[in-house]
Amino acid sequence: MRVYLSNIYTGLMTVFIGMKITLQHVFTKSVTIQYPDVKVPMVDRVRNRLYVNMDDCIGCDQCARACPVDCITIETVKSLPGEDLGKTSNGKKKALWVTKFDIDIAKCCYCQLCVFPCPTECIYMTDTYEFSEYNRTNLIYNYSSLSHEEASQKVINFQKFEEEKKAAKAAADAAAAEAKAKAKEGEAK
Amino acid sequence: MIFDSIFEFTDNLFISLTVNAALPLVFIIPFALFAVWWERKVSAHMQDRLGPMRVGKHGWLQTVADILKLIQKEDIVPKVADRTLFNIAPVLTFMGSYAVFAAIPFAGAYIGSDIDLGLLYIVAVSGLVVVGILMAGWASNNKYSLLGAMRSTAQIISYEIPTVVVILTMVIVGGSFNLRELSETQSANMFNWFIFGGSYPIMTKIALIPLMIIAFIIIYISSLAEVNRTPFDIPEAESELVGGYHTEYSGMKFAMFFLSEYANMFAVSVLVASLFLGGYHSPFGYLGDLVGSPLLKGFEQFFWFTFKGLLLVTVQMWLRWTLPRLRVDQLMALCWKYLIPISILNFVIVALLMVL
Repeated sequence: MRVYLSNIYTGLMTVFIGMKITLQHVFTKSVTIQYPDVKVPMVDRVRNRLYVNMDDCIGCDQCARACPVDCITIETVKSLPGEDLGKTSNGKKKALWVTKFDIDIAKCCYCQLCVFPCPTECIYMTDTYEFSEYNRTNLIYNYSSLSHEEASQKVINFQKFEEEKKAAKAAADAAAAEAKAKAKEGEAK
Repeated sequence: MIFDSIFEFTDNLFISLTVNAALPLVFIIPFALFAVWWERKVSAHMQDRLGPMRVGKHGWLQTVADILKLIQKEDIVPKVADRTLFNIAPVLTFMGSYAVFAAIPFAGAYIGSDIDLGLLYIVAVSGLVVVGILMAGWASNNKYSLLGAMRSTAQIISYEIPTVVVILTMVIVGGSFNLRELSETQSANMFNWFIFGGSYPIMTKIALIPLMIIAFIIIYISSLAEVNRTPFDIPEAESELVGGYHTEYSGMKFAMFFLSEYANMFAVSVLVASLFLGGYHSPFGYLGDLVGSPLLKGFEQFFWFTFKGLLLVTVQMWLRWTLPRLRVDQLMALCWKYLIPISILNFVIVALLMVL
């Protein structure tokens, strides 16, 4: 009988203790973070979306070669002697037109290996992590500061320059050969 | 009475009866929507979470969105299920829990059916829920459903005994089977409530209070078991039985079970409130009496009725998110070894006290 009564007592009391605990939790602040409205700040060295600062890029292709998954494609064209491409922020002279700088972020494995070889520190990881897309092609980011027309113009310009150079060289060669021939003629005379 | 005024207004017995019968539904469906949201909020805050926050301010429209989704859902009937019984079961379950409201007075002016044996009717008709649940479990042709249904039946039938014994105790104290009359004897102020000994002479009152508190705790525990709420939710124990008797149900039929569960919760809460906490009566006077407006008094009574019901429903939720589920043998031990002997003893003592 005593066991019976003490069972009832402990049964009821433990229920009340439990209820007291849950009631206390009603008034403690909840730990939920309302994600799209409130975001947890990221740590400093977080590795997320790649970003390229094209003002500083010299088109050296080192990042593309470092990339283990080949997600960076760079195409460059040499600049013409008269053109001034400006300087990078750490004083390097730019010599190449970067006609194409594509990063397929869908392939990127966030290893950060491309960041270290960059001589001008223009490619780096940002803390943006929300960039999902409905279409996979939208994940190929074009960083080149030249438009498509401008880029093809640069290529044509360079080809023209090359041809002119070739033509000039050919002309010079021809002139030299002529001069040589004349000299030989003179000798012969 | 509302029925009389509707009858006078329409002068058609059929229409007035239909309107009278549909009135609790108008209350229960919004209540169920609110209670589901409230339960999610209560549980979330007890676990240091926030609960639904996106639909409406603090997510108050969440259940409306949920029900809209449920309506669009495909109505799946398993191939091996007994089609007829499978389709009847949710309706029957809801009918059982809805029919209970016929004998519950919502306010002094509204009771679905003012019958003399109201309490007996409630006890009898709430048994329909068992039939519905057993039917659902059997017709699903699924072992989890059947197990859940059988557990539910065993549980509800066992716990009906202490409930009925306590109801009989209250009938002895109140002297009526009619819930409206029982509520009327608890009028004036809160010290006339049966939990405080009713409107008896002071000596009887003091002797009755501990007995009444015991009776209150017993009926509260057993009513919790009758509506399959945690800690007595072994019929739908998610971790053991997938979903119990409603495993195979989807869409609106599942919503019917859900609605029936919340309707049941409210029904037992207001039953307990009517028996012990004065029903629709205010704990102190009425503003409507002061200004002499019976309409205002009616609304006040309805407010207190809803308030008490909601308070007890909240305590049910509170218990649900506090206590773990009982094992089957513990469940039966609690009922047969503790609740039934104590309630019968309580009944005998109260009966002797009333005779003296």
